[in-house]
Amino acid sequence: MRISITVLSVVLMCADGFASDWRQFRGNDANSVAVGESLPTELSGDMIAWKASLPGRGLSGPIIIGNRVFVSASSGYTQDRLHVICVDAVSGKQSWERQFIATGRTMTHDKMCNATPTMASDGEHVFAFFSSNDLVCLDLDGRIQWFRGLGSEFPNASNSLGMSSSPIVIGSTIVVQVESDAEAFACGIDAVSGETKWQIERPRAANWTSPSLLPATGDHPALALLQSSKGLTAVDPETGTIVWNFDKGASTIPSSTVHAGAILIPSNGLTAIRPGAGSFEELWNASGLSPGTSSPVVIEGTAFVLNSAGVISAGDAKTGERKWHLRLRGDFSSTPIAAGGYLYLVSESGTVFVVRPEADKGTIVSELDLAETILCSPGVADGALYVRSDRHLFKLAKQP
Amino acid sequence: MILRRLIFGVILTCVATASVQADDITSAVKTLQSVEPGGKGTSAAREAAEVLSTAGDKALLPVLQGFEGADLLAANWLRNSFEQIVDGIRDSGRKLPAAELEAFIRDQKQSAVARRLAYESLKIQTPEIEARLIPDCLLDASPEFRRDAVAMLIAQASAATEASVSTPLYRKAMQGAVHEDQVKTIAEALRKNGEEVDIRKHFGFISQWYVAGPFDNKDEKGFAVPYAPETEASISKGADFAAEYDGQLGKVQWQPLASEDDYGVIDIAKQLENHKGSLMYARTTWTSRGDQQVQIRLGTPNSWKLWVNGTLVFEREEYHRSSQMDQYSVPVTLKAGENFLLLKVCQNEMTQDWAQRYQFQVRICDGTGSAVLPLTSTASNDSQPGVSR
Repeated sequence: MRISITVLSVVLMCADGFASDWRQFRGNDANSVAVGESLPTELSGDMIAWKASLPGRGLSGPIIIGNRVFVSASSGYTQDRLHVICVDAVSGKQSWERQFIATGRTMTHDKMCNATPTMASDGEHVFAFFSSNDLVCLDLDGRIQWFRGLGSEFPNASNSLGMSSSPIVIGSTIVVQVESDAEAFACGIDAVSGETKWQIERPRAANWTSPSLLPATGDHPALALLQSSKGLTAVDPETGTIVWNFDKGASTIPSSTVHAGAILIPSNGLTAIRPGAGSFEELWNASGLSPGTSSPVVIEGTAFVLNSAGVISAGDAKTGERKWHLRLRGDFSSTPIAAGGYLYLVSESGTVFVVRPEADKGTIVSELDLAETILCSPGVADGALYVRSDRHLFKLAKQP
Repeated sequence: MILRRLIFGVILTCVATASVQADDITSAVKTLQSVEPGGKGTSAAREAAEVLSTAGDKALLPVLQGFEGADLLAANWLRNSFEQIVDGIRDSGRKLPAAELEAFIRDQKQSAVARRLAYESLKIQTPEIEARLIPDCLLDASPEFRRDAVAMLIAQASAATEASVSTPLYRKAMQGAVHEDQVKTIAEALRKNGEEVDIRKHFGFISQWYVAGPFDNKDEKGFAVPYAPETEASISKGADFAAEYDGQLGKVQWQPLASEDDYGVIDIAKQLENHKGSLMYARTTWTSRGDQQVQIRLGTPNSWKLWVNGTLVFEREEYHRSSQMDQYSVPVTLKAGENFLLLKVCQNEMTQDWAQRYQFQVRICDGTGSAVLPLTSTASNDSQPGVSR
């Protein structure tokens, strides 16, 4: 019987493939948890399975569909060259590269670049979004399916410091937030046609957060969570209809995280709410749990926030009570990911830390210096951790 | 077995490729050229792209030629088709048609974007093309070709030990330079060699303005308020410099304000005063040699509106999100003779150190970023191009 279940599990995983994909910013559920994954915890140089050259800069994280790793990049004096690269996950060899020309403004802060938002996928297509608000859809072999120049369609919806919101895919809709001081909107783009299903006005203010996913439960369909300085708005991804609105303000850099039916919002530190039918219940607020650039992560009942100076704080996900903190080395922009009960954090100077969280403390288990500037949030698939710098895409995995 | 499959695949590809006629290619290119914003026509564009990638080699040049006149959206569709065709050629172990592509690259009548794409594709196969082509690209319609040509000259000049050798090379490089970093490098080297360099003129910055203000912008409300300078009849004509307006602190009139900055920065905070919660109007007259399409490029950390000959061409309500040269690019058509530019620049009341700048810089250039100089401007007759010698 045990053999049969194992065989069935393997068959189901092979048939679907979704479970081992990492399809968008912070993973399939946009919560930074790699469900069912086990990554190496004792990192060393031997764990670098391969290192692939990239044609341009990027803060965008890699996404993984089956045996293909996709990542975007931008290059050129004005960062107007947009790249989408597909790399074979096994060999690290580039399968294809496609380039496009930005139609919107490409100016960003020096620390950012045009390729800041992470790509997304529905498993059959990849969607690459850029600071210039260009959104391109390719099939998995690099054939263009559609191209939306949201930067040229809405020329005032830009930020001179750069845009960073990563789109997410819910069903057949790509949910995109394009929010700046001069113009702000969110829209749902049809994954097949590239046409706009809906578009709603958003608070006119600079915003670098990404949409989050509130997964479907029972009779409640999945919702897109749109964060801004005003708070958090839940919208129907099919129609853009606003379902409920949390209006106590929120950060404009780290994004909200959904875990076990609760939403952790970077608001006045960290605020937890529990959504219900058409509304929500506020659970707790913890001013001492304040994330920096990174978004919160929850594993096994503990919420983790990382500030920009590398202090990771742990709090009870049910109460918000602060448990412990651990100081890492360096500055951090990327969001940690959780796999196999461990946290994986990457500093801006390129050191990957593995942290084992316990009830009363966190311990650095190992670290590996990749010696390149890394600001992206990693991707995880099939026992491997993928990170990218401005020059390389790395695969870290146990040796076969 | 594998060999049989490969042969079968090659035969299938040949049959499919042969079945695509020249008319099909022309039609497919036209479809991609006419793709519309908003995701409209995507289905037809996908089919057209499929036709072109199936056609393979024989669609290579028609696709490149299709870039001419195409907007960026269409160019992106065409580019993807070109890349697929090139991948197909490389995957089958064949070579790109070097002679045809090189002729295309050298043809200045073709799209600069397409020529650059062809060059980069061919360079992978024929790296020596760089040394052969780039020296001729100093005044190319593609800023990227120019950049390469300028970089080559800078490298030669910086390797020279004598100023008598390096100076002419730097001067030549300056003629094609359109990017700020290269111009800075060249200007620094030339000045070190004792040469005079007019960066302001090189980039086409407008340094002579008349300003009026301050007007009220408390709570950032003034951005939307049409104060007299933007409503009076003179907005589309030469300014009435005797006009007097009700300003934030009393009566105000047009005052001349010039920039001595290399990059044409008009620093309101430094040259006048950083009136918090205020706005200023700036105007100038720019005399065009003829009707022409140009880009007005602007840099400012403040909110702004720009009128050309009385028509509002762009407005931007964003405060203190950084500023740099060519931060904004507004395409406009200038008429022959006098053109009247009016700029509204708004300062808010933020108190942080980094939110105190109150300034702007404006230049007029073509699509490559090369200066387009006026016959005359309000208080300047900068009609000679390039470097002062």
